[in-house]
Amino acid sequence: MQRTVMDFWVGVFVMIGIGALLILGMKVGNLTSYQSGDSYTLLGNFENIGGLKIRAPVKSAGVVVGRVTNIEFSLETYDAVVTLSISNRYRFPKDTFASILTSGLLGEQYIGLLPGGDEAMLENGERFMKTNPAVVLEEMIGRFLFDKAAGE
Amino acid sequence: MPMTSKFAGTALINHITAIIQRTGHRTIDSIWRLGCASHFILLVLLKSMASFARPRLIIREIYYAGVMSLVIILVSGLFVGLVLGLQGYETLQKFGSESAVGTLVALSLVRELGPVIAGLLFASRAGSAMTAEIGLMKATEQLSAMGMMAVDPIARVVAPKFWAGIFSMPLLAAMFSVMGVFGGYLVTVVVIGVDEGSFWSQMQSAVDFRYDIVNGVIKSCCFGVVITAIAVFEGFDAPPTAVGVSGATTRTVVTSSLAILGLDFVLTAFMFRGVA
Repeated sequence: MQRTVMDFWVGVFVMIGIGALLILGMKVGNLTSYQSGDSYTLLGNFENIGGLKIRAPVKSAGVVVGRVTNIEFSLETYDAVVTLSISNRYRFPKDTFASILTSGLLGEQYIGLLPGGDEAMLENGERFMKTNPAVVLEEMIGRFLFDKAAGE
Repeated sequence: MPMTSKFAGTALINHITAIIQRTGHRTIDSIWRLGCASHFILLVLLKSMASFARPRLIIREIYYAGVMSLVIILVSGLFVGLVLGLQGYETLQKFGSESAVGTLVALSLVRELGPVIAGLLFASRAGSAMTAEIGLMKATEQLSAMGMMAVDPIARVVAPKFWAGIFSMPLLAAMFSVMGVFGGYLVTVVVIGVDEGSFWSQMQSAVDFRYDIVNGVIKSCCFGVVITAIAVFEGFDAPPTAVGVSGATTRTVVTSSLAILGLDFVLTAFMFRGVA
């Protein structure tokens, strides 16, 4: 095997390999919408998080603006404290409404942000004033049955 | 009568002793072999500096290990993707979520199938060739001849193969995954007619770069180390006969396949634990 031919094929091999890694990152993964470092955190207390999971998207008007980075139970308020990592590009007013929504009937759960009209913006580490817990299907059915029985 | 029973008793005791001895012998033998292998790999690592000084040798080995495996990796990746797409569609369509096929194909390939199947193919395509080459060089006393000429056979023959395998494996696994995703795209979007936009967007929102792709690459690097370590050790350790070399080649494929599957379970348990 001639040296230049071998060099050529090894070069092709390495280039295809790096190309495959790039395709995995760009086309298959979410590297294009991945922000590392330049984000700030917000906290939210939720009565019930339903099936919300770490890494779930945070959306405003349907656009992904951040991700859920941590969920824990608070012993002071007896509710769930959700930590959100929001991209630095997006700022939200102080009276932004955070609610846990479901995409579709059986889809994944995400946090929807509905901005209010306050002039002041939420800063790093601050809490949402108003939150809306996840809708639990069993509770809703129970309430419906209860209302029905009370009406009769 | 008492004589025969006493005789039978001694025979039984002898038999049991033999079984225990055999077990002990096998245990000591395998531990000794493991020690040998570790010592050998350490030796390879220590002498790799000399082979880094001559990158030509490594390029030659990348050609034989990586470039020659390209066709089998690309073709099998494509077919695994096609089958995953078909089967995934078949099941997900019952729940009306056929646009999630992209997620299914991409996640199973990037996390598991890409590194594992590429590793199995690499072990049988390149690992066996490495073992056979080193074993045959040993059988024809080429390695001893190198030693006579003050050329270290480990630095000259073994270390370049070792590093070429470690370098090629993650690249091959990435190519396998990309071909698989392309196969899934072909069968679900082009042939069956699932919406293209939701195929890619659902995939992109589910596959995380650091969590899924980087972990897959780490996996394939680990497999590369294990496969090439087993292959070069078996080759170097092979008895210098025709039967010995063929046995070593078989052992390379069997041992490294089992090692890949076992290690994959351990790595998955560490990497993808707890998070949905």
